[in-house]
Amino acid sequence: MNQITESTVALGAPLLEVRGLCCERDERMLFAGLSFVVECGTVLQIAGSNGSGKTTLLRILCGLNDGYDGEIIWRGESTDDMAESFAGDLLYFGHRVGVNKILTPLENLRWSAGMQRNVNDQLLLDALEAVGLRGFEESPCYTLSAGQQQRVSLARLRLSPATLWVLDEPFTTLDVDAVAQLEQTLADHARQGGAVIVTTHHKLSMPSVSRLTLGVN
Amino acid sequence: MLSVGVKPSTRSAFMLTLKRDLLIAFKRKNDIVNPFMFFVIVISLFPLAISPEGERLTEIAAGVIWIAVLLSAMLSMDSLYRGDFEDGSLEILLLSPHPLFFLVLAKNIAHWLVSGLPVVIASPLLAYMLKLPSESYATLMLTLLIGTPTLSLIGSIAVALTVGLGSRGLILAVITLPFSVPVLIFGTLAVQASASGLPSGGYLTLLLALLAGSLSLAPLTSAAALRISVS
Repeated sequence: MNQITESTVALGAPLLEVRGLCCERDERMLFAGLSFVVECGTVLQIAGSNGSGKTTLLRILCGLNDGYDGEIIWRGESTDDMAESFAGDLLYFGHRVGVNKILTPLENLRWSAGMQRNVNDQLLLDALEAVGLRGFEESPCYTLSAGQQQRVSLARLRLSPATLWVLDEPFTTLDVDAVAQLEQTLADHARQGGAVIVTTHHKLSMPSVSRLTLGVN
Repeated sequence: MLSVGVKPSTRSAFMLTLKRDLLIAFKRKNDIVNPFMFFVIVISLFPLAISPEGERLTEIAAGVIWIAVLLSAMLSMDSLYRGDFEDGSLEILLLSPHPLFFLVLAKNIAHWLVSGLPVVIASPLLAYMLKLPSESYATLMLTLLIGTPTLSLIGSIAVALTVGLGSRGLILAVITLPFSVPVLIFGTLAVQASASGLPSGGYLTLLLALLAGSLSLAPLTSAAALRISVS
C-alpha cells in the first residue's frame, strides 16, 4: 500500500489535504485510499516506479484531471468550491513545460508569468538571469536546448506569487549546477512558508523532505 | 508602469493572451498565408472549370465565395489549440486564475483577426473576378464580417474537442461543417438577394443572431471541451 515514510507535523488547517483518493485508469487501480497532508514550509517528494501514477496524482491535485474519487481540501475547503483562489495560489510545472518554441524566452514569460501576477520586463530579465539565460532572452526558443527551454519554464518559479508549487520531474534535463540551484530554490521556497510537491527519481538533498511512495505493495 | 506583485485583472490576462497569439501568428506566417492562398486559389478555379461567361459566374458567385470561406476556415482552425496543447501552454491557460471563457475568447479573436479578417478585406476583389454585381459588394463584405467570426467560434469547439486526438484527419470537418450550414445558407441568401435588387436585412439579422449566440455560448463550450481534452 501507499505509505508516507516521514510524516509532517500538523499546524492548524493544513495547506492541502488529500483524503481517500482513488484513481483507476484503463481498468488498473493506480492508487486507492491515498491520504496525505501538505503543510506550509514542507517539500513532499512523490516517488514510485514508472507508471505508478505520479503524474496522474499531480494532475489530479491541480484539477487538470477529474477522473478520481476522494476529497482534495485546500486551506480547509474543497478545491471545487474555491477554484479561482486555488488557481491563483498554485504553480504547475508539467512534462510539457509550457514554452512556445517560436517565441523568445522573454515573450514566453511575459505571458506565462503574467497570467498569475503583474510583471514588467525588468523582473522577467532578472528571473531569466537567475536561471542562467542571460544573453538568450531574445533568441527564439527553438534555438535553445531542451535544458534551456526547461529553465525558461523554471524561471516562472522565481516570478510566481503561488504558495503551492506542483512540479512534475523538474530535474530531468538540467545539468548538475542547475539541479543544485533548483534544489536551493525549492528549499528557499519552503523556508519562506511555501510548499512544494515534486516528483523525481533524483535524491533530494535538502532538509524537511517527506516522501510519498506510490505503488508499493 | 504596472503595479508589481498584484494579481492581474482578467482584462489584462485577456490582452496578454490576445497579444501572445497575434505574436505567434505573425512569427509563423505560414499559418496566415496558407489558408488565405487556398481561399484565393479555390475561387479562381471556378471560372476556369465552369465557364468564364459573366452570367453563369454571377449566378454562382455568392455560393462559391462562401464555400471557399468555409473550407479555408477549416484549414486554418487546426492550429488554434494544437501548438499550445503540444508544448504545455494549454495547461498554463487552464490553471490560470481567470475565467477560461475570456481567455478562450481572446484566442478566438486573435485567430479571427489573422484568418477571417484578410478574407473579408479581399472578398470584393474576388467578387469582381466572379462578376458579382458591384452593388452587392457591401452586402458580401458585411455577411463575411458577421459570418467568419461565427465560423471561428463554432470551429473552436470542434478543435478543442479533438486537440488531444493523435490523428484527427477529417473529424474536424465532420463535426464543424453541419453546424456551419446555417451561416452558409444565410450568407449566400443575403448576397443573392442583394444581387437581384431585393432587401437582405432579414438574412443579415439572422446572421447577427447566430453570431450573438455563438459569441456567448461557444467560448463556454470550448472551455469545457479543452478541460476534457487535457484530462
